[in-house]
Amino acid sequence: MQIPGVEGFMYPNEVELQWSVLIVLYPFITGLVAGAFILASLERVFRVEAVKPTYRLALLTALAFLLVAPLPLQLHLGHPERSIEMYLTPHRSSAMAMFGFVYLWYLMGVLLLEIWLDYRRDMVLKAQSSRGILQLIYRVLTLGSNNISERALRIDERLSYFITLIGIPSAFLLHGYVGFIFGSVKANPWWSSPLMPVVFLFSAMVSGIAAVMLLYVFTTRMRGRTIDMRCLDTIAQYLLYAFIIDFSLEMIDLIQRIYEADESFRSLDFMVHTRLWTSQVIIQIILGTVTPIALLGLMQIIKLGEVARKRVYILAGFLTLMGIFAMRWNVVIGGQLFSKSFLGYTTYKMGFATREGLLPAIGLMILPFAILWVLVKLLPPWPELVRSHISVASAAHGTD
Amino acid sequence: MDTTRRRLIMLLPAAAVAWKYVLAGTPEEAPNYEMTEHWWAMLIDVTKCIGCGSCVRACAQENDVPEGYFRTWIERYHVSDWKIERPDVESPDGGKEGFPANEVGDGKYFFIPKMCNHCADSPCTQVCPVGATFVTPDGVVLVDKTYCVGCRYCIQACPYGCRFLNPKTNTADKCTLCYHRITKGLTTACCEVCPTGARQLADLKNPKDPIHEFLKTHTVQVLKPQMATGAKVFYNGMDGSVR
Repeated sequence: MQIPGVEGFMYPNEVELQWSVLIVLYPFITGLVAGAFILASLERVFRVEAVKPTYRLALLTALAFLLVAPLPLQLHLGHPERSIEMYLTPHRSSAMAMFGFVYLWYLMGVLLLEIWLDYRRDMVLKAQSSRGILQLIYRVLTLGSNNISERALRIDERLSYFITLIGIPSAFLLHGYVGFIFGSVKANPWWSSPLMPVVFLFSAMVSGIAAVMLLYVFTTRMRGRTIDMRCLDTIAQYLLYAFIIDFSLEMIDLIQRIYEADESFRSLDFMVHTRLWTSQVIIQIILGTVTPIALLGLMQIIKLGEVARKRVYILAGFLTLMGIFAMRWNVVIGGQLFSKSFLGYTTYKMGFATREGLLPAIGLMILPFAILWVLVKLLPPWPELVRSHISVASAAHGTD
Repeated sequence: MDTTRRRLIMLLPAAAVAWKYVLAGTPEEAPNYEMTEHWWAMLIDVTKCIGCGSCVRACAQENDVPEGYFRTWIERYHVSDWKIERPDVESPDGGKEGFPANEVGDGKYFFIPKMCNHCADSPCTQVCPVGATFVTPDGVVLVDKTYCVGCRYCIQACPYGCRFLNPKTNTADKCTLCYHRITKGLTTACCEVCPTGARQLADLKNPKDPIHEFLKTHTVQVLKPQMATGAKVFYNGMDGSVR
């Protein structure tokens, strides 16, 4: 008697998948956060002036996605009302429990603080110039810190620079840790790999850079401004570099698995050639990785006109996001499609309007954009309004 | 009914014996149970298992296990000649109603009862974010369903597929080694009903427990030893094809 959707033998409790599309969203979203922040840090810490137009947008994007990141987890929990226990009585040996603190640190200790310092001057000015509810909002946002003298702003910028310095390893930690949550599960050979945190980290950078690049292009167009091509070319360049490292790491992992061919290999190989063929080989590798790398690489060799370059970058950006989403899908869902007995396979049946179905997943992917819209309205990130950070960075480096 | 006084008197001893068995099924209070004096394990003699499914049914009844989920189950292996790495395995409804007659063919057939291994270094306990899964001082891995958040990380971490999310409680669920029984001096439901004695509850801290002699004189294994989980379900006569 064969169970529908099952091929071969699964342990009886394995037939049903435990982690759904919502858990696919979770690493995808945290990846966008970490990647966007790292892009922001390029300007602030590494003085890549060309990407300055995206600095604030990248920070707000990171915040919008970070605020949504725990929601898919909450929706997935059997008892969401008990999730606070992860903070109150955390189990210290649990990677998942410790992630709660990493998340909180990144949100409160890095991102919110950096955004607040960066926008404090603007918020004080807005609080003075606006009226009614908006004035109240800005006043609350300033937290009563109204000193915007040159000296105070300089302290802000200096502090902000050091927070970005701390923020880079924190962003690494945030997404590396997500990789560790999967990579440390020794029971699952599809996940269990010391490379997993590193692969997650670089794929996060790739997705975050691509997302901010696309957001920059669309928001600039929507505002009727001219796209800064120097900025776009530089972002595309960094996207290419991060992508090459990411792809190389994934290939190292793959080659190692193929060559080692341990007890799980036959089972995983069969899965890749059947159930994951479309999502992994076609969407993730060919369309979502090799194609954008080729497109971005070609842009380094062939000098096309601005319009053509923009179009190629937009295409490469979309393909990249699709590829990284497919990567998260293949890790999370793929890791549950085969039996830990290595003797069979099950099928993922995604619901539609169920608690963990497609509809809430779509809602959760739209939500960060809605939050970003509000953030952008409250705290405009547009390049023409940004004060220079370079002088501060230079000061911190001791060069002026 | 023409029951004579003589017949009634003759039935009384039988009734007394029957009543003793009824009482035996009622868990006794065990106020003197000292957790630190025990270290529970299970011995499964594969050579004795006939795949009748009594253990699966008893477990489901004793522990109110939801339909379609299993705290214990039985697998039937068919290993064709030398193809030890590619056995054919089946477990229809967890072997609850036994197995259909196997075709007479090449190779060998045998049954493997499975359950939580109550690992000493259990990966499920390690990953639980709130500590709802824990190892008791007497070596049983339990889940506090009033505390479990239902994240299912433990289910992913178990190499043996022993855990599931109970749809009634929305919390992780698994074999408790009938903790409510063993702490009162009884054996587990599965051991109780096994007609061949293939399952034996064992107390590794009790020097008089027959398991010590058994382990000394038999070749026993645990499932997936490469996982280094400190599994405490010992299998006698288990084939190398079992995973």
